[in-house]
Amino acid sequence: MILRRLAHLVIVLFFVTLFVATLTAMLPGDPVDAIAGFASPEQKEALRQDLKLDDPVWVQYGRWVGNFVTGDLGNYYSVTGGRPVADRVRDALPVSLQLMIEAQVLALVIAIPLGVFTAYRAGSRFDKGANATAFGLLAIPNFAVALVLAYYVGVRFGWLPVSGYVKPSDDLVEHLRRMAMPAIALAVGQIAVYMRLLRSDMIATLQEDYILMAKSKGISSSRVLWRHALRPSSLTLLTVAGLNVGVLIGGAVIVEVIFSLPGIGTLLYEAIQARQYIALQSLVAIIAVGYVLINFLVDVLYAVLDPRIRHARA
Amino acid sequence: MPELDPAAPVPPPLIPTSTLEPVDLVAAVEGPEEAEAERAARRGRLGIGGTAALSWLVLVVALALLAPVLPIDDPNESIASIAKQGPGTEGHLLGGDGLGRDVLSRVIWGSRATLLLAVSAVLLGLIVGGALGLVAGYFRGRADTGLTGLFDVLLSFPQLILAVTLVTVFAGGGVSSTRRMIVLILALGVVSIPVLGRITRASTLSWCQREFVTASRAIGARNRSIIIGEVLPNVLPAMFSIALLGIAVVIVAEGGLSLLGVGIQLPTPSWGNMIAEGRSDLRDAPYIVMVPTIAIFLTVLALNYLGDIVRARFDVRESAL
Repeated sequence: MILRRLAHLVIVLFFVTLFVATLTAMLPGDPVDAIAGFASPEQKEALRQDLKLDDPVWVQYGRWVGNFVTGDLGNYYSVTGGRPVADRVRDALPVSLQLMIEAQVLALVIAIPLGVFTAYRAGSRFDKGANATAFGLLAIPNFAVALVLAYYVGVRFGWLPVSGYVKPSDDLVEHLRRMAMPAIALAVGQIAVYMRLLRSDMIATLQEDYILMAKSKGISSSRVLWRHALRPSSLTLLTVAGLNVGVLIGGAVIVEVIFSLPGIGTLLYEAIQARQYIALQSLVAIIAVGYVLINFLVDVLYAVLDPRIRHARA
Repeated sequence: MPELDPAAPVPPPLIPTSTLEPVDLVAAVEGPEEAEAERAARRGRLGIGGTAALSWLVLVVALALLAPVLPIDDPNESIASIAKQGPGTEGHLLGGDGLGRDVLSRVIWGSRATLLLAVSAVLLGLIVGGALGLVAGYFRGRADTGLTGLFDVLLSFPQLILAVTLVTVFAGGGVSSTRRMIVLILALGVVSIPVLGRITRASTLSWCQREFVTASRAIGARNRSIIIGEVLPNVLPAMFSIALLGIAVVIVAEGGLSLLGVGIQLPTPSWGNMIAEGRSDLRDAPYIVMVPTIAIFLTVLALNYLGDIVRARFDVRESAL
């Protein structure tokens, strides 16, 4: 099973990298003009030699992959010459990862108790209220949450700083203060998804015979809920949390831009604004490859954790 | 990406509309509890929520279509005296934006561009994805393997990133408004192809096992007429309910793309670029951002709600998965 998934992974990675590697070739007009329109004819000629854009596609693809895996992400081009993209990515990647992990943790910490409780009290007024709220939250784009927070919490009441980033190793409290609004903006939609999913999953689980058995043995309802019922449902939650990484990445890019966090999203934004196509290419590759790998890991982890899947497929 | 494979071990999750990920309507409510929308649909009525949602959409679409003949200001005319004057300003119901342009007029004109983009992109995804999904689900075999692989590859990009990349490469920088719009429609259409393709394929697979399809085959009907005459009409409700959510997703995506600087291009107003532009005045004039944001929220909410109703009405869960 792992082998089949691995083959699938390789194929997907091949097509994804092929697409990204040929992005510059897809640029309308002369790629060199698009990459460095400001340059003098001599500089352009040098760049053309440097990028070897005249090579066959396969050669270019091979070279691009070779550079990418060895950490050569190309250059930012400006009038004064090139600066390596990798230098900035090295600083930016941890920021984006911190943001996404913190948002994901926040979402789960809020959604799990809510999901368990609404499932336990399905049909109650609290359940209905929570469900209606979740349905509403799903319709709020994360940039809307970000902007509303930035205005009210940041500007109007001045509780939290609206922009900037502090490393957790420098000052943990200040780090959390600055990450709070971006993380909440990212987490809101996820909370609704996780809560609704966990609730429906647990309602089904709670009707299983073994739950009845546990109850009839006199085990307290909180123990039944948290130990017996949550366990199988948490697997579903794990898968969904993994699949949701795509949502999270897209959201993180926008939220980083709104709160001026120096992460991959901000780099992507700058690359788009300054039309740095080589940087764009590398950033998109990092995001796409990371996303594919995370999905693969979740798939494998799921099979490892749930023996039913492992044996059913074997 | 949620597996829409009928054999998938896990019920596909509901994905928020806040990004471009495929939206799965089907797993919204499982278990014995019925959602409000579902109960209303079972009774064959829209219910209060459905009526409200439908009314809002009719209003938005009507205003968008009628914008040229409505007695509203020119959306691009700057009147210095109403710059940053909030809602309730004399003669300007929702006030003026940073450059003194009427916000009400801009939000109405903006809905035209935003809706044009959303509907066209989803329509493109519906036609191409739908056709591919039908072919994959009906013929199975090698066509299915190839097309499913194609969907997988397209879905292995976070969708917003794929859209941003395509738009930046094919219409980055100073291109004309029209070119940007066409590229946006194509890019977001491409992004929605695998989502609609998968749901169509799954739905086709299950309908093709029905007796009436076998019967058609037995009496020698041609594949094309079976697909169009027998399968397609049954698959349409599933496609339609996903398409409604797809429109909502694209409306939100337009906002995201605008914030990244590759949305609908000025001077054409859109909900997204109003938000992106108004961001610089957030401190003194937050309403400039809030008006289009609320428009997006209500429209997305309405589309999600109606999507749920359509899904329940045609029992998409049973037939599609």
